[in-house]
Amino acid sequence: MIRFEKRPQPSRALSLATPLLAVLATMIFGGLLFMALGKDPVTSIVTIFWEPLFGEFAFYYRPQLLIKGAPLVLIAIGLSLGFKAGIWNIGAEGQYIIGAIFGAGAGLAFYPAEGWFIFPLMILAGAFGGWIWAMIPGFLKVRFGTNEILVSLMLVYVAEQFLASMSLGLLKNPEGFGFPGSRNLQQYEPAHNAELLAGSGMHWGVVAALIAVIFAYVLLTKHRLGFAIRVTGEAPRAARFSGVSPARLILFCMGLSGLLAGLAGMFEVSGPAGQITIDFNVGYGFTAIIVAFLGRLHPIGILLAGGLMALTYIGGDIAQSNLGLPAAAIQVFQGMLLFFLLAFDILTNYRLRRQHTAETA
Amino acid sequence: MKLSTILTSATLALGLATGAVAQDKTKVGFVYVGPVGDGGWTYEHDQGRLAVEEEFGDKVETVYVENVAEGPDSERVMTQMALDGADLIFTTSFGYMDPTINVAKKFPDVKFEHATGYKRADNVSTYSARFYEGRAIQGLIAGHMTESNIIGYIGSFPIPEVIRGINSAFIHARKVNPDVQFKIVWAYTWFDPAKEADAAKVLIEQGADVVLQHTDSTAPQAAAQEAGNVITFGQASDMAQYGPKPRVSSIIDDWAPYYIERTRAVMDGTWESTDTWDGIGAGMVGIGEISDAVPADVKAEALELKEKIASGEYHPFTGPLNKQDGSEWLADGEVADDGTLAGMNFYVEGLEGTIPQ
Repeated sequence: MIRFEKRPQPSRALSLATPLLAVLATMIFGGLLFMALGKDPVTSIVTIFWEPLFGEFAFYYRPQLLIKGAPLVLIAIGLSLGFKAGIWNIGAEGQYIIGAIFGAGAGLAFYPAEGWFIFPLMILAGAFGGWIWAMIPGFLKVRFGTNEILVSLMLVYVAEQFLASMSLGLLKNPEGFGFPGSRNLQQYEPAHNAELLAGSGMHWGVVAALIAVIFAYVLLTKHRLGFAIRVTGEAPRAARFSGVSPARLILFCMGLSGLLAGLAGMFEVSGPAGQITIDFNVGYGFTAIIVAFLGRLHPIGILLAGGLMALTYIGGDIAQSNLGLPAAAIQVFQGMLLFFLLAFDILTNYRLRRQHTAETA
Repeated sequence: MKLSTILTSATLALGLATGAVAQDKTKVGFVYVGPVGDGGWTYEHDQGRLAVEEEFGDKVETVYVENVAEGPDSERVMTQMALDGADLIFTTSFGYMDPTINVAKKFPDVKFEHATGYKRADNVSTYSARFYEGRAIQGLIAGHMTESNIIGYIGSFPIPEVIRGINSAFIHARKVNPDVQFKIVWAYTWFDPAKEADAAKVLIEQGADVVLQHTDSTAPQAAAQEAGNVITFGQASDMAQYGPKPRVSSIIDDWAPYYIERTRAVMDGTWESTDTWDGIGAGMVGIGEISDAVPADVKAEALELKEKIASGEYHPFTGPLNKQDGSEWLADGEVADDGTLAGMNFYVEGLEGTIPQ
């Protein structure tokens, strides 16, 4: 009989290995799924993981990986800090939306004026929008002890209503023939988050994501605050004794994760997406939660996980169009990834022990 | 182990072989906003795709990607299709408008067809259907059938296309039943069975015994069936599985003739950028079988209206018509022009509530 036994210390080696194991298991079981759908499993897996990176049209897909991965990484970095300290901001999607609305609103307020200051102002507005939206659950938790998971999640739906209202009202393109949606920022040069080098996929959002990774890494390894975050997550009582103020930590983590999510929304709306529309948000805020855990809440891990997630999205679309795989199969495939990650997680904290039946009796 | 290697290389070889053959095939791509199994909007576009395959057989290859979010994701999917050698790409949702224009700029030799939009280019056509013609017939049947005089309407987004439908249905319901009232719920989605079912239930609880929908799933039909004495109409697709009641008729989008015609134009080299807005007359909008739940005289009246619209004898927006605020819109006998219809953002007189801003 096999039984789980708690490890005295979580295994470091396994903590690094389980994400890879999870990816491997996803490939195997995903392959079986594709086979059951009548597709060649090897070709399917190769299409998803190889084609975007080294296939015939990699020159186009590689930059797309940056565009798709940057918002995921930017949001996930912010979330990971809170998650480490046991502060659960589940509403990054809402903060992303509000950041985009604030950012786009700040830019469109000046339309059609020219000015170097417009884009920096939009960055500030976007960051502020995300921050203030996350401070609502943060403040309510500190002041009234409400549950930040519920409040932040519910605020996503409020943000979606704001988004619809903005697309149909205040920010609606006056030259849009009555259709919903704002002016396209790609066509308003001072507000356009253009590629820094045409065709490279590098826009300011990608730069911000990379800076966030470095910032989080330094914060966690070198700074007192990073220490406080880690201690609070691992031993809340000890943290309290060592002088960490839980309230301040909550406000810091909620605020920072909201700020980064807001920035992600702002860079997205001013660059790849171009305009505020009713369907502007496509779930980056939720997917980033998976990315944060897939990356083991570690900045470098998140960077890699964001890339991997972007890869499955882009490869998944290619598989749909080239192999005729249904979209639902691709979503199941992505779901497997999180499932296996959580399933294998148990190996980090527990080990398998063989036990003789005589002993259990 | 060896066998699998052989199989793999065989598959690869086969892939290369078909790739070579594909050179003289016309490749047509389709970008869908929902799943092909939605039973409504996307389902009908996919029926159009299958009709293209059937018509041209070996001479054509079709590819599609479903559930594509509007925005950068759709731009990537279109680019990918163009890179993979598509000659013609149909982008089947309003929100694909700017992405379609962006991608079309990068691939001047590929033809694009954008559904329900208003931006065109040398290699971008637009096409849409005059769904409001079908709404007129729905309104007539609904006005006759309702006993509570409350007709529920599930709107997707308050955009001109949807508002046109509400106005058209209302005008024709009022014509046959001056006491009729419309209750409108905005779902803010094209496809979300749970939300659509909730909206239907709310409307039924408020006394509606007819539910019209401008969303794509069959969930409102199921909700009406459960509630009992409520009638519905299939949206975008026939939804015949809910007949003869609650579903008493439907508006069917029939894209097949258009898709076949445009594919043929690409093959012949006669494709040109156009703006198509066809209705019942051209066969782009179909009216599903009116079931026996509808009395024979109402059915005859509905079919007569259909014939008049199809022949062009009657336009659903014919004056005298006032706007909601009472100001005159169309004088007696005057017919709405396409420009006003395309950008319609007001209710006609008699409708209650305001269009969300």
